[in-house]
Formats: sequence, C-alpha cells, structure tokens
Amino acid sequence: MPRNIIDITDLTVEEIDQLIATAEDIIANPAKYQSACAHKQLATLFFEPSTRTRLSFESAMLALGGSVLGFSEAQSSSTAKGETVGDTIHTVSCYADIIAMRHPKEGAPYAAAQFSEVPIINAGDGGHNHPTQTLTDLLTIHREKGKLNGFTIGFCGDLKFGRTVHSLVNALSRYDNINYVLISPLELKLPRYVKEEAFKKRGIPYTQTTDLESVIPQLDILYMTRVQKERFFNEEEYLRLKDSYVLTPEKLVNAKENLSILHPLPRVNEISVAVDRDPRATYWKQVKNGKFIRMALIMKLLGIEV
Amino acid sequence: MNIDSIQNGVVLDHIQAGKSMDIYRYLHLDELDCSVAIIKNVRSDRMGKKDIIKIDSPMEVDLDVLGYIDANITVNIIRNGKRVEKKHLELPKKLVNIIHCKNPRCITVSEPQLDAIFLLSDAEKHTYRCAYCDTAKDKR
Repeated sequence: MPRNIIDITDLTVEEIDQLIATAEDIIANPAKYQSACAHKQLATLFFEPSTRTRLSFESAMLALGGSVLGFSEAQSSSTAKGETVGDTIHTVSCYADIIAMRHPKEGAPYAAAQFSEVPIINAGDGGHNHPTQTLTDLLTIHREKGKLNGFTIGFCGDLKFGRTVHSLVNALSRYDNINYVLISPLELKLPRYVKEEAFKKRGIPYTQTTDLESVIPQLDILYMTRVQKERFFNEEEYLRLKDSYVLTPEKLVNAKENLSILHPLPRVNEISVAVDRDPRATYWKQVKNGKFIRMALIMKLLGIEV
Repeated sequence: MNIDSIQNGVVLDHIQAGKSMDIYRYLHLDELDCSVAIIKNVRSDRMGKKDIIKIDSPMEVDLDVLGYIDANITVNIIRNGKRVEKKHLELPKKLVNIIHCKNPRCITVSEPQLDAIFLLSDAEKHTYRCAYCDTAKDKR
C-alpha cells in the first residue's frame, strides 16, 4: 500500500519535525538534492485552479531532478466527459510515481487513495484540508520563531471554509504551550468539529473574537485568510462578509515588533499592499518555503534519502 | 397476542420500542420471502416496552447495522426451535454503505458509486464522521 498524505494528521509530529529538518537542509545545500528524484515522475492533477500550489509542486519535483505531467483544470481532463475520480486516478497511477491532486469536492483525495497504486498527496480538497500548505506554514513558523511552541497565534478571516486554517490548527494542537486567538465574523467561525478535535479533546484553551484590533498587540503570529468566493452558495452573503477584515499599516501600529504575518495566498484585499513593505510581512517567504517542504515530502513518500 | 415460535431463523430482541421499522428497512427484510414478524410495544421488565423481530429463515444479520441503530439489541440464532447462540452488539468503529453523507460539497454526493464510509469519532455521543469530508452524523 502506498503512503498517502490526505490530512496533516497522517503525519506524526516526529515525521513533521523530520520533514522540516530535511527542508532546512535543502535550503542550506540545494545542490545535494538536485538529482534525488531523477527518472521519477510527479503528476499534478488540478481539478480546480491554483497558482502557488501547483507551481510549487512542479518546481519542487524539477529541483529534485524529476519530471512532471498533469493538468491544471478539470475541463482539460476526461472529468469534463464525466469520468470519475477513481477512474482518473487509476489511469494516472499507471503513468506517474506520485500524484498531487487538488479537487473542489471535499474528500476527493481520500476517494483517490482507494484507487491509486502510487502515493497521493492532497493539494487541497474544497474547504476541507490542505496539508502541504500546513507543512509550508509550519516550516515558515519554525524558520521565523526557531520553534513550534510557546507563542500566541491569531487566525483571522474565514475560519469556516478556510481549509488551511483547519489543517494548521490541527497540526499545531499537537505541540505544547500555544495560545490560540480565533478572529472571524460570527458567520465564519471555526467549525465545531475542528474545535472539538484540536482543542476540546486535548483540553487546549482558545479565545474567539470578532475584533482584530483589540487582540493584535498580544500576537506573535497573525495568520490572515481570504474570504473565499468559491465556497459560498449565496453571492449576497459573500459580498456582505468579504471585507470583514482588511489589514493595513495603521492596524499594525500596536502589534509586536517581531510579529510574523502569514497568509496562504492568494489575497484579494484582506492585506493592503502597503503592508508588503513592513518587515513583519512573512507571506512571500512563506511562498518560497512551500517549494522546499514539498521537496522534502515528495522524497519521503518516494522513500528517497540523500 | 400469540406469535408462533420459529424453528430455524433469527430473533432480534430488546429493540428500543418504535425502532423495529428502522431495522426492517436497514436490513432489507422486505426482500425476504420467509415469514417476518414485527412485534411492537411488548412489555419488558428491563425496558418498559420493547420491539421484537422474528425472521423465520436462517440468515446472516449485519451486526454493524444493528449495532449502529441500537447496540442494546440482542441477536438470537434459532436452530430446530432452540436458541443456539445469543450475540450482544457493540457500536461499530466503521460503517460502510449504511448511512450516507448529506454534505453537498462531499465527493460521495457527486459520485454516489463510492462506498459511503463513516468512522466512529465519539462513542459517548454516538457521533460518526464521514471518512471523506469529516461531516458529523449524530445518531442521537
């Protein structure tokens, strides 16, 4: 049975720490890894549009000396003819050594794993999970803070449909001594099942608020998210909520000097471009880290050590 | 009220009163050719009142289905008019194609040929979650 990464909890804390260590070594010694995946093929199956995730997977495989194939939208695959996820995966697993897939339907990678003979990596399934973004976030936090515990992190924006938030909360809840501040409109609060799994079962306290400015001074990390239009069935509700939080230089006046501002991107207007010039803006570093951690993950799932 | 005892078959006892028709449907008992007796609101010292189902034919009962509906049900296997086995149930860890996800965003809704898989997430609250999308299904 191939090893799949469908949910961040498919990896143990020790495995995550090892992936971060490998990514750090890749950053320090890139040449050492340039042929690690020679003659291996990664299929990127994106049934939903993406810039960063797809390109970072492809860039990661190319940097490891491997090659890539796949599609970037469902319309250019047989899905447009009504082919099931299972049949698509069955086919692609005949051609590739490993598959990264994004799909608008929740649970599609779990379904794919039932039909695949090669490892499946969930590159995002609807509003559900996005484990490689979480690995990216964890590597970024580790590089910025030097550790994965002992800080206060605020999650701000769409915490209901924000799959990156769900995965990161789940992952961080396995580390000690972290304070969580959940900042969202009432309609977009973190789902109850995520809070139960991550916080209540482990007895971890958390704070919920609708007011970003009142809590920003206490944060070491601020994880901003976009209100995602594609997750709403009702356009009117999206329009009402989309501008709930807009981070500007003015709102950062009372924030800590060593605050790290993360965002899984893409952004629309929830972080003003003026914030990009602030040294606390960490989201472009985060993008770069995404490539390195995916290199580490691809190697791990293919059983390749350097 | 008299219901004849069965010679070879299955008696489902200690069914929570009012649940027997759910079991009839979940176990597809309507597809059987043999006699099936549904006895409702039988007096019970332990339960006050209960339902009983008697199936007059040997059959494999899906214990996972029964355990999901009511883990207190007892399954009695009857051979030659005598009880030869009494099975007690427990809440199953995994349900396959017994309940279905209602989340419109779940892949099992758009691709219904996939197995509907639910995993027990909270035994105390009898909560199952869709293995695909994590949507909860509370039994109670």
